[in-house]
Amino acid sequence: MLNFLRRIASLCRKELLAIFKDPANRVILVVPSLIESFLFGYAATYDLTNVPYALLDQSRGSASTELIAHLDGTGVFHRVAMLQTQGDIARVIDSGDALIVIQFGPRFEQQLNAGEFAPVQLILDARNSNTAGSAAIYVGAVIDSFNATLRGGTGPPLTVEPRAWYNPNLETRWNILPGLIASLSMIQTLMLSALSVARERENGTFDQLLVTPFSPTEVMIGKAVPIVMIGLTQSTIVLAVALFWFNIPMAGSLVTLYAGLGLFTIASVGMGLSISAVSANMQQAMLYTFMLIMPLVLLSGLATPVRNMPQFLQTATLINPLRFAIDLAQRVYLEGVGLLTVVHDLIPLLIISAITLPLAAWLFRNRLL
Amino acid sequence: MSGPAVALIANRVHKRFLVKETGKSTQAVADVSLEVQMGSLTALVGPDGAGKTTLLRMIAGLMTADEGRLDVLGIDVAADPQAVQDRISYMPQRFGLYEDLSVQENLDLYADLHGVPQAMRRNRYARLLKMTDLARFTARPAGKLSGGMKQKLGLACTLVRSPELLLLDEPTVGVDPLSRRELWEIVQQMIDDEQLTVLVTTAYLDEAEHCARVFVLQEGKLLAEGTPEEIRQHARNLCFIVTPPQGQPLRILQARLLDDADCIIDAVPYGGSVRFIRRAEVDPQRLDSLLGGIPATAVEARVEDGFMVLLRERHDVAPMDTAISKAAGGTKNGGNGEDNAKREPDEVVIEVRDLVRKFGDFIAVDHLSFSVRQGEIFGLLGPNGAGKTTTFRMLCGLLPATSGFLQVAGFNLLRARAVARRRIGYMSQKFALYGDLSVMENLEFFGSAYGLYGKRLRERIDTVMQQFDLEGREKSPSGQLPGGFKQRLAMAVGLLHEPEILFLDEPTSGTDPLKRREFWRRITALSEVGTTIIITTHFMEEAEYCDRIVIQDAGRLLALGTPQEVRMQAGGEGARLNMEEAFIRIIEQERRKNSESPAGEANP
Amino acid sequence: MNEAGTEPGSKGLPAEKSDKVDKADNGYEGHKGIRGFRSRLISLTRKEIRQLLRDRSNLIIGIGLPLVLILIFGYGLSLDVRDAKVAVVLEDPSPVAADVIAGLELSAYISPVVVTSMHDAQRLMLAREVDAIVQVQSDFSRRLAAGNAQVQLLLHGSDASRALIIRSYVSSALSQWAQRQSDRGMVAGAGVGIAAPGSVTLIQRMWFNAANTSTWYLVPGLIVLIMTLVGAFLTAMVMAREWERGTLEALFVSPVRPTEILLAKIIPYFMVGMLGLGMCLLAARFLFEVPMYGSLLIVLVSSMLYLLVALGLGLLISSVTRNQFLASQLALITSFMPALMLSGFFFDLRNVPVVIHLIGNALPATYFMELIRTLFLAGNIWLLIFKNCAILAGYAVVLLGLARAVTRKKLD
Repeated sequence: MLNFLRRIASLCRKELLAIFKDPANRVILVVPSLIESFLFGYAATYDLTNVPYALLDQSRGSASTELIAHLDGTGVFHRVAMLQTQGDIARVIDSGDALIVIQFGPRFEQQLNAGEFAPVQLILDARNSNTAGSAAIYVGAVIDSFNATLRGGTGPPLTVEPRAWYNPNLETRWNILPGLIASLSMIQTLMLSALSVARERENGTFDQLLVTPFSPTEVMIGKAVPIVMIGLTQSTIVLAVALFWFNIPMAGSLVTLYAGLGLFTIASVGMGLSISAVSANMQQAMLYTFMLIMPLVLLSGLATPVRNMPQFLQTATLINPLRFAIDLAQRVYLEGVGLLTVVHDLIPLLIISAITLPLAAWLFRNRLL
Repeated sequence: MSGPAVALIANRVHKRFLVKETGKSTQAVADVSLEVQMGSLTALVGPDGAGKTTLLRMIAGLMTADEGRLDVLGIDVAADPQAVQDRISYMPQRFGLYEDLSVQENLDLYADLHGVPQAMRRNRYARLLKMTDLARFTARPAGKLSGGMKQKLGLACTLVRSPELLLLDEPTVGVDPLSRRELWEIVQQMIDDEQLTVLVTTAYLDEAEHCARVFVLQEGKLLAEGTPEEIRQHARNLCFIVTPPQGQPLRILQARLLDDADCIIDAVPYGGSVRFIRRAEVDPQRLDSLLGGIPATAVEARVEDGFMVLLRERHDVAPMDTAISKAAGGTKNGGNGEDNAKREPDEVVIEVRDLVRKFGDFIAVDHLSFSVRQGEIFGLLGPNGAGKTTTFRMLCGLLPATSGFLQVAGFNLLRARAVARRRIGYMSQKFALYGDLSVMENLEFFGSAYGLYGKRLRERIDTVMQQFDLEGREKSPSGQLPGGFKQRLAMAVGLLHEPEILFLDEPTSGTDPLKRREFWRRITALSEVGTTIIITTHFMEEAEYCDRIVIQDAGRLLALGTPQEVRMQAGGEGARLNMEEAFIRIIEQERRKNSESPAGEANP
Repeated sequence: MNEAGTEPGSKGLPAEKSDKVDKADNGYEGHKGIRGFRSRLISLTRKEIRQLLRDRSNLIIGIGLPLVLILIFGYGLSLDVRDAKVAVVLEDPSPVAADVIAGLELSAYISPVVVTSMHDAQRLMLAREVDAIVQVQSDFSRRLAAGNAQVQLLLHGSDASRALIIRSYVSSALSQWAQRQSDRGMVAGAGVGIAAPGSVTLIQRMWFNAANTSTWYLVPGLIVLIMTLVGAFLTAMVMAREWERGTLEALFVSPVRPTEILLAKIIPYFMVGMLGLGMCLLAARFLFEVPMYGSLLIVLVSSMLYLLVALGLGLLISSVTRNQFLASQLALITSFMPALMLSGFFFDLRNVPVVIHLIGNALPATYFMELIRTLFLAGNIWLLIFKNCAILAGYAVVLLGLARAVTRKKLD
């Protein structure tokens, strides 16, 4: 047993040295995950913060002015143009200068004073339908509250008291960053593990390794452990950015999070090593990995919810470890659940590891050249 | 000739490289001046790292000299490299064939690039394909050719038109004797037919014999130049052969001679005898006692002899390190072969019966049988693609056999547990240690792989560091060591755990004669203490070091026995063949027997 | 054998020899001028195409991956909220409470699930079977009469944008109900003479995406991704591969010019890129029925421009790194990730901090993304077309020029 551990330790040491002695690797393992976590933290947002709008006010009354004041008061809407005629609308929308145009008809004030329904036209640039949809909702909410104030100081008889669990201000960033803890490290662990054996094969060192008394299992463990460590370190970098830069409070326990992430990283290393064992050279390993990473990330629920996918794709995501890892990371981080609650995430990860790791070890020796 | 009579003039050329790790620069080419005449074959020879390739690259306009001037075909290369590149052809050491293109497509590409008119191509192709014997394979992807065929195709690609100057960088490295001879025949024929001007670098000095002029480079400097005859002059009257008594392996006498550097410049086994160069000023009495009274016959000097004399005398290279002799002492717990009573000297340690390996329909190894006894040096020989490497990999347990029986040290290594693999050492053809790791880290890692640790590991590392002359290099990244160091480190790693059997796959491919001598001195020392050695090589003279050899072609065993027996098989009693001649003869006999279209260009 | 060997050659030989004497000064005619250029370029390009077709991994990335992406983006990814499940807990049995809830049923975006207790609702929410809970407490009708009724809305925050949308839909459904109530109440309570105030109603028109589906904006954006993938990622490997395999050394010592080597790399990958474009356009039209209001010709021209930008970047990376692994990582970081994250593909650049916005605006992908979406969904908006095409052309010239500048026939 002691000898076994000693051998594993020496394999791990060799692997770490081989990875970190290459200056390009040192940069590639740290810098991208750091940059990406910042970039994504800021860029990956569906929250509306800035809606440029143009105003076409044909009524020129106090009501429309008041309504616009409500709109400006939100801080989200910024007027970029005052239009004179209907014909100007196309210009500002087409050029993308304004996301929306708000148009008050000539009879707006009259209709409102007469107790009628006074229509406001809202024209949206829906080239990005997501942004347009959100903007419409925003404008709708402003108009609702304007209607309420019309009815005097007593306030509305009914108020909605919204409370959001786990993400009080409903910021996209709060969802994305826990997801990134898993996804950013996966990209690199897959690449590293897929290339590790392929690189050794190309350099001829794998033969030298196989003639030594190491068993395939030992070689496999020796490769997996350092990469898992690197993967977890990268997760830690993202976690630190989330906690200390973006100040997203963590509800769950670190132990639970790392237990889940550990299992997930092992599963991805297993996948990477299996790719590695079937690739003839580094180029193939790299392309296969890339080919795999794309669907894994896209179908993980990171950018768009799994529930919005058609049924067959939802079924397909059952073999995607990232899907479970993102769910797990979000739940532990935001909801603060314990290991028992996320057991449905852990079991698939366990199954994936249990298949890929032995497969990789077997392929090391038995791959037909 | 309307062009200049001189193809190349180098005037005090210098080139330095910056070594990234240390920040220091090394002088790759220092103050070299030379001239190459039109229509001649000129050789650049010298040990590894002498600057041959750098010089060639500068001539080809791929590098720029730091100082000095290079005029190629009357053009200053530094000023207008493209003008030179339009007119010359260059075959780099590793000719970059496009491996997924077929033979024909590779040829077409280069013909197009050199603007060879369509009308000329038919004849040219027919001729090139005939000379290279590739006509049957025009549709085959270049990647699927054997090493020798690849080199020939590379050469053919550079000869799609008649260049005004042809640069060949070690065209025969890693190529078997048969293909090597064919390559030279092609070059020779082109020179005869087209008055081609050729500048070739080589580590095989017998190749320099054909050249009109030879330049000897050493550490970037021009050491000597002249006709082959002038180079030979340096060793005139110093070369002898001596035949040891029947039954005594040549290497014993050879080692004894080599170890006495004061008397002997060089000694190699040669056609059943030992060929040696004595120092000019040697005391005849001392030499006589060294030879043990066996009479020595004077022989003609070769270019290689002149080269050895030049290198040893002019540069005073320490001949064989005393550490090498210690290599023997250090291994096997300080004992030597005879003390190792546990093991019978005749015990069979490797047994192979009816071994077969197929790749799809292709039979790479075809019912091979042989056995190796303890303490033997056993050579696996054969042309490129003969199945040597496949056999070798099966023996090491890196490749499963399709059928047959295979035992190494009592086990099939593919399936065997760790214990069995602890008994073998392995050194692959190309450097296969972790290049980014330092010397010490590699030794530590592989030591621990074999279950060495703590004090025992330290001791062993210290021993091999000393044995293989690696001291002072502990912290250097292994991948950046000079070639010779790399090879010694690989050996050190293979021997760290004192294996009973050592596998060596073309360990001397592409190394210069000096390093090969040194290497073999180490091998013979190891064998003296009872280590069994399995080795593959393309240098046929090296087969003479072996106790027994096997010659394979197309997967089948063609000859098995002592070098003497194999020579007999090839040429009968009377013929005094050297190993290379014997080898070529055996292969050609066999191929003629088996095929209606003989592959080799058999000389009548 | 030797004799036989020289025989066929010896016929052609004298002719060749005399040729050689004539041409010794000027080398072969073919080297010079446009004819040499053309024949070398054709030959090199043929070589590249053959290599491309024979290396399966290239085809997988060049054709297989675009197909997978098209399917995933077309079918798999959707940001739209439709039929979001909301648990409704009705603790007040009064008809007025039921009336409040009935308003929710009308929304196309929300599908209420009535549960009996808050406990059950929370269980559903924890299991993420519902996205929100609407709770009408038992004192609702009493408090409504007093004029300060409340409805609790609990949202699951782990998908913020979804939660936001649901919050808006629920709030607006309920406040519209309240408005109707209060109008009725005012008329009843305040007696005659005072007219109830009017109310503002919103009439919204989604330009350029009448179906209001994310597929319409994701699929045109996909063209950007695929062009980047083929242009930058795949091409980043090709020069590096030649450096790694040592195939350039012999090639350099020939009449071939660096420009020809580069052009020969660009042409086949340009074709692969156009193939990807073709697949995207067909899928957009026939599979996902995304309209194209702009002209197909301009779509093609601008895509070609962007493809040249991507190819220039890929070749530049490839020539500088000379290492496939490094090149692919660099290509991923500098081209693919930004095209995915910072070009406005998923995330609207209007909503990000200034710095990120500036980075996004420095990327050619951003301009192509804007242009291609406009061409698909809005039509030929000439100002935008000229501006963005000019920017893309500028990038193409600079990047290709740089790639040419770093490709030198030198080993040191």
